[in-house]
Amino acid sequence: MTKQVTAWIQAAPMALVLLAFLVAPIIMIVIVSFWGATEYSIYPAFQFDNYEFLFGSPVTYTVFANTFKYALITWAFTFVIGFTVAYFLAFEVRSLKWQIALFLLCTIPFWTSNIIRMISWIPFLGRNGLANSTLISWGVIDEPLEWLLFSDFSVILAFVHLYTLFMVVPIFNSMMRIDRSLIEAARDAGASGWQTLRHVIIPLCKPGIMIGSIFVSTLVMGDFITVRFMSGSQRANVGRLISNDISLLQYPSASATAVVLLITVLIVIALLLRLVDIRKEL
Amino acid sequence: MTTISKIRYSRRALLKTGGAALAASALPAPMVWGQESKNITLRQFGTGVSNLNEVATKVKEDLGITLEMTALDTDSVTQRAATQPDSFDIADIEYFVAKKVWPTGNLQAMDATKIANYDKIVGIFRNGKLTPESTIAQGTAPHTVGFVEGPDGTSFVDNESGWMTLIPTIYNADTLGIRPDLIGRPITSWTELLNPEFKGKASILDISSIGIMDMAMVCEAMGEITYGDKGNMTKEEIDKTIAIFTEAKKAGQFRAFWKTFDESVNLMASGEVVIQSMWSPAITAVRSRGIPCVYQPLKEGYRSWGGGIGLSASLSGMELDAAYEYINWYLSGWVGGFLMRQGYYSAVPETSKEYMSENEWGYWFEGKESTGDITSPFGDKLAGAGEVRDGGSFYDRMGAVACWNSVMEENQYMVRKWNEFIAA
Repeated sequence: MTKQVTAWIQAAPMALVLLAFLVAPIIMIVIVSFWGATEYSIYPAFQFDNYEFLFGSPVTYTVFANTFKYALITWAFTFVIGFTVAYFLAFEVRSLKWQIALFLLCTIPFWTSNIIRMISWIPFLGRNGLANSTLISWGVIDEPLEWLLFSDFSVILAFVHLYTLFMVVPIFNSMMRIDRSLIEAARDAGASGWQTLRHVIIPLCKPGIMIGSIFVSTLVMGDFITVRFMSGSQRANVGRLISNDISLLQYPSASATAVVLLITVLIVIALLLRLVDIRKEL
Repeated sequence: MTTISKIRYSRRALLKTGGAALAASALPAPMVWGQESKNITLRQFGTGVSNLNEVATKVKEDLGITLEMTALDTDSVTQRAATQPDSFDIADIEYFVAKKVWPTGNLQAMDATKIANYDKIVGIFRNGKLTPESTIAQGTAPHTVGFVEGPDGTSFVDNESGWMTLIPTIYNADTLGIRPDLIGRPITSWTELLNPEFKGKASILDISSIGIMDMAMVCEAMGEITYGDKGNMTKEEIDKTIAIFTEAKKAGQFRAFWKTFDESVNLMASGEVVIQSMWSPAITAVRSRGIPCVYQPLKEGYRSWGGGIGLSASLSGMELDAAYEYINWYLSGWVGGFLMRQGYYSAVPETSKEYMSENEWGYWFEGKESTGDITSPFGDKLAGAGEVRDGGSFYDRMGAVACWNSVMEENQYMVRKWNEFIAA
């Protein structure tokens, strides 16, 4: 057997799996997005109704804008928090034993389900919840803060809470690979702590930052359940549009929205990848 | 109406069923009716309202039929009935869902002559009239989708043709739930839902087909819109209705929208919301936590819903016989009593009477002052002596129905507008 054939055979299983479970479903979604729907059934067709309605409705643009807003703000917070935590773990904690222990500590919340972690905010932030009653008893506020729950604030809070670890892990990983002698060299060359961070650590962490950013932005842009619960169904992102359509049997219209969302997310990732060549850096 | 999960009940129900299953295997229950149906399994799905494990346990005991239940929310129920005909034998669906699902041909018409208690079924489900004097409410009134012209009928007929689409099982009249302790004044009209006094403390349910009706009740009560038929709005009526609520939403009237039963319970019990669309068992659930909650009768009337069981088109032979046997058993009283003690109504109330105490019958059905504690079938105390059911008797409540849950001709348009309302 030639080398080439062997390579093809070796790649085949993965390729088949991806073809069957990733490519085929996406093709199906694209096809269905051109179909028509009645109240209780969908029928094959080739029409642009779904896209026409989607692009014709001002709500679509607000919802897409909202989705970007959530992604951007969540990204900013998870990046700052994630980078700080990773920096602390990688450079401030000296012994490997403690690094591993503290890192595992970060993952403990993941032992419960996403939804439970999210919902547990609701009684905490509620009008008569722990946060409000504590603030009132401290005399900080007289009236309960309404915007703590069922608002953009609570949605973003939950996102940040849920997804920061996805930022911590890849950045921590990148930081651990940085050759310590580089930092020593920077110091010997007279760089201040800030300069070292700016000119040595951050550039070397870029792949980790990018991977984390891709995680967070795709997770937030594809989410619907967090938005639904934390906003009390008052806010919407694209995921919610899709889930509403599905629950009302409007599969073609849901597919059309999904296709547009998919393209949007791919564009975002393409932009991110232009900033850093992950393959090269890894 | 629709309910996803009754968290509070299901755990207990599970324990009970588990216990009963143990008991049943240790002491084989006497087969009262058909021996031959002993080994038959019927797969039923429906909303959490009537898909109760107790019913499955009892039917196993009485008939020997194994009932496999799946509880879903209203949207998923419609979805399954319409798209997965082979996944069920018995569909426990709402009448307005039947209107959507019947054209798919996934259900078969039932022969009314095989239904023993057919003559005793409440008039609402037969000719539409609760009493001979009643007027028929707007919306998808059950009798309008209750009959088809024959065994293979595809279109609904407006008379008692003897071929039924669904056998009515459970129904109720819905209204707004309020927290009287936090409101502190009488509430008498649907308009209060949009009263700025309750800014940030109101809620409505996020299930388009039902939510739009609650909206319509409000808009009509405000005098903003006069509907030709609330259950079958025109595009302009839908636009206007949604516009009024979108404006209120943007002004911050709503604290949240809810989609599942337990969400509505939590919103009310935590005091996040003081007035909202609500379902009867949710009121009960709030009350059983010791929090005052009233299912407020309003002068404009109720929004009503009804459910029934339908047979899968693929049922035949012994399974079909078993299904009829099950239906007859369903209407024979035990289930009715079980449901009525939770605040629903049974399609054949008189057979249920035997399965309720005089006090229970008086409280739930006749609207009389209770003479002792009223407890749910699960043992929770719902009311003490001297209390009266919100809204009064069966005839007071079901007689004041202003509209039925429905599917409109402009449903798809409505759904899209609803989606915009939620996203607005």
